Amino acid sequence: MLSIDILLNAIVTGILLGSVYASLALGLGITFGILHIPNIAHPTLVVAGAFFVYTLTQWGLDPIVAAVIGLVPFYLLGVVLYAFYSAVFERKGGANVLQSLTLFFGLSLVIEILLSLGFGSELKSVSVSYIGSSLKIGILTVPYRLLIPALLAPVTIAAVWLYLSRTSSGTAIRAVAHEERALSIAGLNPASVKRHAFGIATATAVIAGAALIMVGPIEPFAGRFQIGRVFAIVVLAGMGSIPGSLVIAIIIGIAEALVSSYLNPSWSPGVAFAILLLGLALRPQGLFGAAR
Amino acid sequence: MKTRRQFHKLVAVTAAGLAAPAIFGSKVFAQDKPIRVGASVSLTGPLASTKNGQIGYELWRDDVNAAGGLLDRKVELVIYDDQSSAANVPAIYSKLVDVDACDVLFSPYGANLSAPVMPFIKQRDLFMIGMFGLAGNDVAKHDKFFHSGPWGPNSGRDWARGFFDLAKAQGVKKIAIINADLEFSKNAAKGGAEVAKEYGMEVVFNQSYPPNTSDFSSMIRNINAGDPEAIFIASYPADSTAIIRGVKEIGISDKVKLFGGAMIGPQYGALLGSLGPELNGLVNSHTFVPEPTMQTPAIKSFFDRYTPIAVKQGVDPLGFYIPPFYYVAGQLAAAAITGSKSVDPAKMAAFLHANAVDTIAGKIAFNEIGDWKERRVLMVQLRGIKGNDLEQFRNPGHQVILDPPSLKTGDLAAPYNKARAS
Repeated sequence: MLSIDILLNAIVTGILLGSVYASLALGLGITFGILHIPNIAHPTLVVAGAFFVYTLTQWGLDPIVAAVIGLVPFYLLGVVLYAFYSAVFERKGGANVLQSLTLFFGLSLVIEILLSLGFGSELKSVSVSYIGSSLKIGILTVPYRLLIPALLAPVTIAAVWLYLSRTSSGTAIRAVAHEERALSIAGLNPASVKRHAFGIATATAVIAGAALIMVGPIEPFAGRFQIGRVFAIVVLAGMGSIPGSLVIAIIIGIAEALVSSYLNPSWSPGVAFAILLLGLALRPQGLFGAAR
Repeated sequence: MKTRRQFHKLVAVTAAGLAAPAIFGSKVFAQDKPIRVGASVSLTGPLASTKNGQIGYELWRDDVNAAGGLLDRKVELVIYDDQSSAANVPAIYSKLVDVDACDVLFSPYGANLSAPVMPFIKQRDLFMIGMFGLAGNDVAKHDKFFHSGPWGPNSGRDWARGFFDLAKAQGVKKIAIINADLEFSKNAAKGGAEVAKEYGMEVVFNQSYPPNTSDFSSMIRNINAGDPEAIFIASYPADSTAIIRGVKEIGISDKVKLFGGAMIGPQYGALLGSLGPELNGLVNSHTFVPEPTMQTPAIKSFFDRYTPIAVKQGVDPLGFYIPPFYYVAGQLAAAAITGSKSVDPAKMAAFLHANAVDTIAGKIAFNEIGDWKERRVLMVQLRGIKGNDLEQFRNPGHQVILDPPSLKTGDLAAPYNKARAS
């Protein structure tokens, strides 16, 4: 069934879904891509962000407003998490990747259980006037349920990238991953810079959480289904390339939508990894990463 | 070193301590050893929304023990959390049998989790009540396995036949089928395709999708392109929500008369509450709804006790779909034990094969592989839903029974778009 409206709608849906994926991957892009901390708990933090947004929407707030309110508490949560990570690993002779993975795996389990205890295991969703209706432009039908969360990603990514590239503290974050010792010589405390960066990464989780719960209902274990895809986006974009992750996420989104429309939706979970393998074969440093 | 006098005192105190429960206890059971009933429940993980079934088990246990136990023995539940993972199930059931020495087993929830335990049950020749595992015994054909759920015989193929009976009555010639890539949904879709073929319907679209798909717009457009008159969907809660919302966003042909069938989710309070009026018009399977043809004093009493516990535990306050049948599982086990005056698996199984059992879900008789002899899966149409208040679903008229005819409380409102808007 190859008709122009199905093709165009599939591409638009792919762009919107890809943009939501980029939101989910943004925090990991900072922690893993820049700080080289394998924070596999990030998707679970996103789910925690979604529950935070859900809670505030029960008081009548819009999910986006709720997410903005959540930025500070989630930033502080990230600061505390990094302080713990640093105390457990980094101050004791450097973080072993396997140990770090174990820590963040355990953290994600703890968060899941806390969410289960706090919110129960039922699906939670938000009811907003724009969810359930669509924007019609010619043959295109764009659900607001995807459009609004999709718009969050470029805005958030642009804000984070401007901060990282145009401010001195952002430059310090990018520098800390490359040469920690030089940063110390320059009079900056690397641990403090990393703590700040981890806080920013965790703060983005609440924005991604708002996007996630607008797209569909969530439950405490929903993060497990996102881990593979967000890692694929960060790695394929090139470690540390924040804008690149948006491009890669949209490529993956479009590929998944086209596979769903024209081949078989069951194949779509493999799309991200197929693109990852192909991309890394062509450019091992990632499509937008600098060769080191 | 203790003196002989001290030793005698110690013996006397110990003996008095051991005898005290028998002398002063309010409930006396003839034998000390309780009858142990073992089960795994998904208390955590993606299937944790089914954990409200445990309330059914516990209410049954309390009722049985209040009535003096079974064979004058107290009933004890031994329950472990399978974390919604099939990988945990074999070890849990090995422990229930070999360490906890359970006399009766209840299966995990559903076909996905039950499948790994069936070879073990068959090999060890154990007695088990199956919990919602569609076609759970069709392969093993174990003669000591009995379903508590109302799937009926040939359930892999026929459990949702009611949907196709309704479609046939509406003169449907073209049907679309979509399903999640999971055991239950795949079985439902496969069986549905076979029944559609039997009824001479053309399956114009038949596709599966991976679990946790959040956007169905492409699939809905492809379905519309196939121009079906009925759409049979076998989905899980998160996808059910996405599909219902996708239909609202993208739209669906006015030719579609029936929409739904095997969607998991609209049976639960969480989705009924969150989707509310968006569910109007949906025709979907269910196991119990509070319609006049199903309300009995026994089931009413069950829900009168279930609801406050569920509210306190923060689980589904309606609990129509699963919990009554967990209580039924206990009633089946109790009937088998008291009827056979034994906890011997062969004797218990022989009793259930030979006798129908009265339960809160009605009288149940089993065939040779433990299916209900009569399918009693409901096809209900959701109607007249206003707002998101859950309490409205306790009233009749919002989940109208269309099938089976013996329990019918209304006729199909069609086409779907009209029923959706009503």
